Amino acid sequence: MQGPSDFDLSRRKLLLGTAASVAFGAAPPVANAQTPVAPAQAAPQAVPMSKVSFNVNGRPREVTLDTRTTLLDALREHLHLTGSKKGCDHGQCGACTVISGGRRINSCLTLAVMHEGDEIRTIEGLGTPENLHPMQAAFVKHDGYQCGYCTPGQICSAVAVLDEIKAGIPSHVSADLNAPAQLTNAELRERMSGNICRCGAYSNIAEAISEVAGRPA
Amino acid sequence: MRSFTYERARTPADAAAAALRNPDTKFIAGGTNLLDLMKLEIETPAHLIDVNGLALDKIEPTSEGGLRIGALVRNTDLAADSRVRRDYGVLSRALLAGASGQLRNKATTAGNLLQRTRCPYFYDTNQPCNKRRPGSGCAAIGGFSRQHAVLGASEACIATHPSDMAVGMRALDATVETVRPDGATRTIPIAEFYRLPGDTPHIETTLQPGELITAVTLPKPVGGRQVYRKVRDRASYAFALVSVAAIVQRDGTGRVALGGVAHKPWRVEAAEAAMPRGAKAVAAQLLADAKPTRENTFKLSLAERTLGAVLTEAKG
Amino acid sequence: MKFESPATTNPIDQLRIVGKPVSRIDGPLKATGTAPYAYERHDVVANQAYGYVVGSAIAKGRIAGMDLSHAKAAPGVLAIVTADNAGKLDKGRLNTAKLLGGPEIQHYHQAIAVVVAETFEQARAAAQLIRVDYVREQGAFDLASLLDKAKPNPITGGPGDTAVGDFAAAFAAAPVRLDARYSTPDEAHAMMEPHATIAAWEGDKLTLWTSNQMIAWNKAEMATTLGIPKENVRLDSPFIGGGFGGKLFPRADALLAALGARAAKRPVKVALQRPLMFNNTTHRPATIQRIRIGATRDGKITAIGHESWSGDLPGGKADGAVSQTRLLYAGTHRMTATRLATLDLAEGNAMRAPGEATGMMALEIAVDEMAEKLGIDPIEFRILNDTQVDPEKPERPFSQRQLVECLRTGAERFGWNKRNPQPGRVRDGRWLVGIGAAAAFRNNLLTKSAARVRLDKSGVVTVETDMTDIGTGSYTIIAQTAAEMMGVPLENVKVRLGDSAFPVSAGSGGQWGGNNSTAGVYAACVKLREMIAQKLGFNSAEAEFVDGAVRAGNRSVPLMQAAADGGISAEDEIEYGDIAKKYQQSTFGAHFVEVGVDAATAEIRVRRMLAVCAAGRILNPKTARSQVIGAMTMGVGAALMEELVVDKRAGFFVNHDLAGYEVPVHADIPHQEMFFLDETDPMSSPMKAKGVAELGICGVAAAVANAVYNATGVRVRDYPITLDKLLEQMPDVG
Repeated sequence: MQGPSDFDLSRRKLLLGTAASVAFGAAPPVANAQTPVAPAQAAPQAVPMSKVSFNVNGRPREVTLDTRTTLLDALREHLHLTGSKKGCDHGQCGACTVISGGRRINSCLTLAVMHEGDEIRTIEGLGTPENLHPMQAAFVKHDGYQCGYCTPGQICSAVAVLDEIKAGIPSHVSADLNAPAQLTNAELRERMSGNICRCGAYSNIAEAISEVAGRPA
Repeated sequence: MRSFTYERARTPADAAAAALRNPDTKFIAGGTNLLDLMKLEIETPAHLIDVNGLALDKIEPTSEGGLRIGALVRNTDLAADSRVRRDYGVLSRALLAGASGQLRNKATTAGNLLQRTRCPYFYDTNQPCNKRRPGSGCAAIGGFSRQHAVLGASEACIATHPSDMAVGMRALDATVETVRPDGATRTIPIAEFYRLPGDTPHIETTLQPGELITAVTLPKPVGGRQVYRKVRDRASYAFALVSVAAIVQRDGTGRVALGGVAHKPWRVEAAEAAMPRGAKAVAAQLLADAKPTRENTFKLSLAERTLGAVLTEAKG
Repeated sequence: MKFESPATTNPIDQLRIVGKPVSRIDGPLKATGTAPYAYERHDVVANQAYGYVVGSAIAKGRIAGMDLSHAKAAPGVLAIVTADNAGKLDKGRLNTAKLLGGPEIQHYHQAIAVVVAETFEQARAAAQLIRVDYVREQGAFDLASLLDKAKPNPITGGPGDTAVGDFAAAFAAAPVRLDARYSTPDEAHAMMEPHATIAAWEGDKLTLWTSNQMIAWNKAEMATTLGIPKENVRLDSPFIGGGFGGKLFPRADALLAALGARAAKRPVKVALQRPLMFNNTTHRPATIQRIRIGATRDGKITAIGHESWSGDLPGGKADGAVSQTRLLYAGTHRMTATRLATLDLAEGNAMRAPGEATGMMALEIAVDEMAEKLGIDPIEFRILNDTQVDPEKPERPFSQRQLVECLRTGAERFGWNKRNPQPGRVRDGRWLVGIGAAAAFRNNLLTKSAARVRLDKSGVVTVETDMTDIGTGSYTIIAQTAAEMMGVPLENVKVRLGDSAFPVSAGSGGQWGGNNSTAGVYAACVKLREMIAQKLGFNSAEAEFVDGAVRAGNRSVPLMQAAADGGISAEDEIEYGDIAKKYQQSTFGAHFVEVGVDAATAEIRVRRMLAVCAAGRILNPKTARSQVIGAMTMGVGAALMEELVVDKRAGFFVNHDLAGYEVPVHADIPHQEMFFLDETDPMSSPMKAKGVAELGICGVAAAVANAVYNATGVRVRDYPITLDKLLEQMPDVG
């Protein structure tokens, strides 16, 4: 085992030697042996489009989209279902959580065209202000939010979490992998950890979910 | 994100052949890492082959008494499979320690193996990175390197491989099954699947152009107490500073692999002979060639201490 | 209405609706995803195009050239705006750095262009085709290396330096002394909704549907920046997905949407990309703090000194980390000092409880250390040094100060007596367990606030004010205030917020929003009550407004009758006299935290949390409690994980996304207990309320740090307290 390497020193020298004037592209062309890349294209090409049909909240929808369109942007920008939120667009916050084929997913990290024929349920499909889903009502009762931006994702996730526990899917904190999944506060907190709430409503959210699940937090 | 054309593959062999025809092709399955990188133009495929329609989503027993996991089996389903939970607990635990529920629902077995480093300099296209842009330099060396590799790194790259699942699979001696563009199949032991960065950190695996992972096979169960311990600042939804996958038999022998310390899951079979003598003895060999930076020297004692805790737990 | 003398009994004191834990009136909208946030307002204007922001690749220097040709030729591109073609732009008063950089670059990821295209995908792709040549200049990025060069600087609301008595002599003479250095890192607001704006021009009039905490400030700042009359700018921010001080001033999204819309001749929407936000917007600046405390052997502080160093861009502000040390503990000889270094990182600015948040992180560790040196229980040490007057100006009493009661109540409820004062002695399985406490302190700020209240013939009361609800519960407490004042049920009140067409409010910042905005609504309601009483033939001094009626003696008239001929409305504002000069107004609390530290890995996990707060009248215990537990959560982040890591070579925050910049997740936060002490503060406003949202974060991190020390015996003075800082001193594992 050796001590700290001398990488630090050599790197610093290199930088000092080149710091005077550096030209960087805003996005230099990147390369990767598995995917050799053509230089930045000069001429505009037609944008590849693709047609996709899926069912959103019980309603069949068909849209023709730029293939680059994520499911999240298809929902928000094309179908105007803006309940699903864009918090990071990189799968790091959970605000975009929707339920696809019964499973919660980050809709920002999946292409709309990959959802041909899928059943997608968003926050709008759970309830309305006049007719709240029990999970939505519990969030209101327990003040399980503050700014409200992560809330649709939290609620979609919470609904799916209770189904996952029912289905016996274990979690990181399950003490016994071979026993049925438990409905404890620690389990809920671990399973909900893909939904960040910067306002810090976690304690209240756990109470809301626990109430719906039928046990105290 | 560069624009790309999109097709759905019909058979694995067709997919591999199509990929070879166009060198700018990427396979997409879960997409949770690829799309993340495409948005930042770290990955810039001109053509995507959606492999989700290939029937590679089963977990089946092998004739050798092991399990064959289809490339498209979602992380959630693999972790929850009753055979995996019973016989390959270290794999189930490793999967459940990774990412979030949402990501595990989408991420696939093959995609998890192929996920790329989370080095912040790799992710920032303004910064030099030999992995992203060969020859441009490595900003992590001499920069923020707390998360980075302490083993097997090079002057060109000190990135780590972020997968938890792969660490579990390494401890289990899994093999990767592939199909090549000419239709030929092969199996690659996971020990030979990942490459160290060397001078070519952009080449991360031994896969060849167009080669498609079809399955991962686990050998016959080896029993023992199986533990996966992931150490991180945040309690969940964070990459490992260090992780330990261990399989410990009643007599104290077994296997150990480390995550978060190298460009690949780190296992030194020779070090495992020392297991009955305890963590210090194992760590001395496992970490023998470590070359940490100032910021991640702590990983050495962390790895040793975590290993100690894991071996204690496995005995208990 | 001018508030010049202490409040006496008024209709709010009935507390039929105010003070009740009612659920948020906007809750069902938030829970169903139907509350409209800035970027998603498809309905407000047709034909919206998409803007994508390009950030600078260098921290300091200039742009030598930009090649836009590939981007311009890309599919769908409508316009590209850079400093070169944007026309003359000024800089607002409130921002330090320009929102559109070039040719001079002031910080990494400073916006240098916006690409407008038909679709988001096209704008994003085209933005990547812009080629920029930079000339890089050497910048200053390392605060610790610049301490000698840092200059005195004032802090928000006061001088940078203060001195009372002879600190140096008293400290030197003190029998027990502490002299310690602490550091806090740069932190990000990391609110969940990225800064976002839809901009549309109609002739020379600009409308911005945006996400902003301070509507009137922003209207003025946008006008200044664009060089257009203030009257030509309208802002609308009915829902804001979190701000924490990061949305106080206009940001690049608003300016670039406006410029993009002008160039593309269509409405344009822009959201800052998450990986851009950390270096593009503001952050809480890092501090290095030195605290010296001298005391008698029996624990009386005789000398207390607090110095703080922070950095910012040229012309920027110092963090006010020393501010609470002027007020929190007694002691005859005192000094505080503030030094500001020039740094070329992104702009440092306000983040939740600017000043006290960072200052309390250090001070409340120092107090714990001093108590240990003295061999006195840290709670008792704090109580021993309580003061009921401003220690720098003893003629100014606190209007209310229940710090001692908060500490005692918290200690009782948390089981402080079970704490082992010897660190490192309590074990629960693999966990070393420790308990820590800290005081909480944050000033209460008074600022004028206006509202308009209208009664219509159906008996519905509508409140309009440009106040914002950033998750604080403004909609609900404003509705409660109007309902109480007008004697109508909560359901009969409609609240409209966040539109610059409405009367100018206090806005959301500095925990001043709740008290001041409701006091403004109170003022407007008082005026409306007078008009209604007069109209219905009541003596307004005798008229009671209850149950939808106006009553005096035996006479009762339905309220809605006053609006029978089409509605009646009043507008007024609350203004403050010099009451805040005579009385020091602050809010107090105590934080208690239990942590477990893994004996092998030194991973730290919070097991229990309690806050006890005394912060004037609590207008809605449900939403106020949420503010405090949310702040406690952010405090856990500050204690254990949050740090914008500076690359001191290239000059930027490296971990600039939500994977790299870790904030607490569900699994990090246990069930939180929170308890308010009874308090009304007649000096604060007719509402007798004070701020609470920022009190909750002040001291939490130190309570965590003290608990970690109690668990392990390892004292960490540099935040965040991560396992690598403990590891070498942890006990051996088998």
